[in-house]
Amino acid sequence: MKYIEEFRDQKLAKHIAERIRHSVDPAREYHFMEFCGGHTHAIFRYGVQDLMPGNVHYVHGPGCPVCVLPTSRIDLMIRLLREENVILCTYADLLRVPASERESLMKVKAEGADVRMVYSTQDALKIARDNPESEVVFFAIGFETTTPPTAVAILQAQSEQLSNFTVFCNHVLTPAAMSGLLDAPAVDGEVLNLDGFLGPSHVSSIIGSQPYEFVPQKYGKPVVIAGFEPLDVMQSTLMMIQQINDGRCEVENEYARVVSREGNRKAQALVAEVLELRDRFEWRGLGWIPDSALKIQPRFSAFDAEQRFDCLKNTGDLIAKDHKACECPSILRGTKKPVDCKLFGTVCTPENPMGSCMVSSEGACAAHWSYGRFRGQPVTSSPQSQKAASA
Amino acid sequence: MNEMSKKGRKRFTVPLNLKTGHIDMSHGSGGRASAQLIEELFVKHLDNELLRQGNDNAQFSAPAGRMVMSTDSHVISPLFFPGGDIGSLAVHGTVNDIAMSGARPLYLSAGFILEEGFPLADLDRIVASMAAAAREAGVPVITGDTKVVEKGKGDGVFINTAGVGVVPDGLDIAGHNAQPGDVVLISGTIGDHGVAIMSSRENLEFETTIESDSAALHTLIAAMTDAVPDIHCLRDPTRGGLATTLNELAHQSQVGIRIRESDLPVKPAVNAACELLGLDPLYVANEGKLVCICPAEHAEILLAVMKAHPQGENAAIIGEVIEDEHHFVQMETGFGGQRIVDWLAGEQLPRIC
Repeated sequence: MKYIEEFRDQKLAKHIAERIRHSVDPAREYHFMEFCGGHTHAIFRYGVQDLMPGNVHYVHGPGCPVCVLPTSRIDLMIRLLREENVILCTYADLLRVPASERESLMKVKAEGADVRMVYSTQDALKIARDNPESEVVFFAIGFETTTPPTAVAILQAQSEQLSNFTVFCNHVLTPAAMSGLLDAPAVDGEVLNLDGFLGPSHVSSIIGSQPYEFVPQKYGKPVVIAGFEPLDVMQSTLMMIQQINDGRCEVENEYARVVSREGNRKAQALVAEVLELRDRFEWRGLGWIPDSALKIQPRFSAFDAEQRFDCLKNTGDLIAKDHKACECPSILRGTKKPVDCKLFGTVCTPENPMGSCMVSSEGACAAHWSYGRFRGQPVTSSPQSQKAASA
Repeated sequence: MNEMSKKGRKRFTVPLNLKTGHIDMSHGSGGRASAQLIEELFVKHLDNELLRQGNDNAQFSAPAGRMVMSTDSHVISPLFFPGGDIGSLAVHGTVNDIAMSGARPLYLSAGFILEEGFPLADLDRIVASMAAAAREAGVPVITGDTKVVEKGKGDGVFINTAGVGVVPDGLDIAGHNAQPGDVVLISGTIGDHGVAIMSSRENLEFETTIESDSAALHTLIAAMTDAVPDIHCLRDPTRGGLATTLNELAHQSQVGIRIRESDLPVKPAVNAACELLGLDPLYVANEGKLVCICPAEHAEILLAVMKAHPQGENAAIIGEVIEDEHHFVQMETGFGGQRIVDWLAGEQLPRIC
């Protein structure tokens, strides 16, 4: 625990804040996208924004797996639960994500479908072992961090001949999301105003920092790989400002205690053994991005839910319906803030989410609602909070 | 449960098999098997004069004054956890709900819903623990009820307890009494119960030395109200944790509350477990802690009284009540920023009490 608290030290935070204040050019604005939901959560949970000068802005990125999963994929699982007698194993966050027609896995579970919350792929494998008569489907989502455990689970299922276990694979790739963001045409005149990325932390521990090198090279945006602790976020912000001040544009690695340039070769090899690129995949907010996701290789098709169940094969008739006024797509593209959405805090709250960004604690809307909605609302009696509100 | 047998006469030729026996449907039929279960298991442990009267009710004289009544159903999973079990929890939960009004708890009732097939050895252990907790608290279980549901229609055992108590003169403790300027205290470390439960969950087992804080708090409260009758609010931060309790109080009293993260007592092992599981100790349940809101001038005296009591030795002043039309609970983070401490959205954990 000591190892964690060292990265939340208030004195060090004040010291870095001081250095940031000295480093910024007061004549300009800085817009940095913190790519991952983990960063977003740290910024709100620890109040990092309060320690930043007024001209340093964080733009929340699409690195929240629950947030970018398109509605159609949840619709598919709801269809599967209604048409086949399966046990669906899922991470808890997915339960409340709104699907079409105001459905969600939680609601379908309440109707009697067998949906079970798991903490890991190992839990799902255990459920498959314990219920040999039932089809057990694991709803695999996430970026490169959660991909190796899925590959391991499939290999394990194969060696144990767990013929009732399949995976519904929705793993997506971070570098593809970055190019998707930077290539995205302006929608309704919204332009992404960005000076650089605080790059993924845990994802980079798997893939390394090398895969982001195209971002400064092709798009002229610096990247600083940033850990998820609040001091990591602050130190990375300082490094980003220094790059800009020095006129440099490169990939730097603040999270060097975990991330190397090459990443975890063993994990990469495991993934390559079991999964392969999809031609294209739909992202909420970013649309269809080529080569942006993984699917299960044909030789493991026995463990691929999309091959096992007919209702997941022909999906042409499936038209996902999101709430029309939901701004999740623009928020995920970084062109709008949660408070720009008409639904934010009125009809859309964590108890009753209309869009995916309000569900996970890593989602920009949920983080802003849960930790920061007092900003801009004066609190009458406390001078300290008025300071916070105006920050 | 009160269909008692006559003392000293053996009514049942074969005693209840408390080692390898199981609850079956006949134990809930109201017939001989029910009577045997009551006599050889429930009364054996919970025995007291009022229970022994053997009616379907318990009759007692009430002291003059303001009475308090409360009820609480316990459906916890797992039934046994480090630092307690559903039996002791069922006593502590209701004793605390009564005591949070400043009342002296007098009597409890207990209703058991048992699932067919439940091991009698486990039931024996649970009722023994319940009796020990009641004895320690000095609050006897004086009436009860047992029902049996078919296998698959319950989860081992559910226990409802209700209790009555009497409020000493001169106390007015309620959730709507917090005033701007008041001080907020907590009686000890937060999150212990929830983490202890998680550590013993089947699918989550991890090794920890953390035990549930499950405890009756009425003697702590008696010491506090003796020293400072002018306490405004008391509440035990159970489900939803400290964050939820503070939001409830802010809402009921139409005020805001500001707390300081660096003043919150949290055991390092609880912090570490929460870190691992992605939880926030502010939202993790407690079963032996209380939040107290009192006028600022009494805060130091109360803190000293709490620290001198075994249930309050880690007590701390954690914040203050402010005016705020939005009734937000805000926190100065240990990192130096500000954030809201919001109501819990959804569930952090199923069935923790």
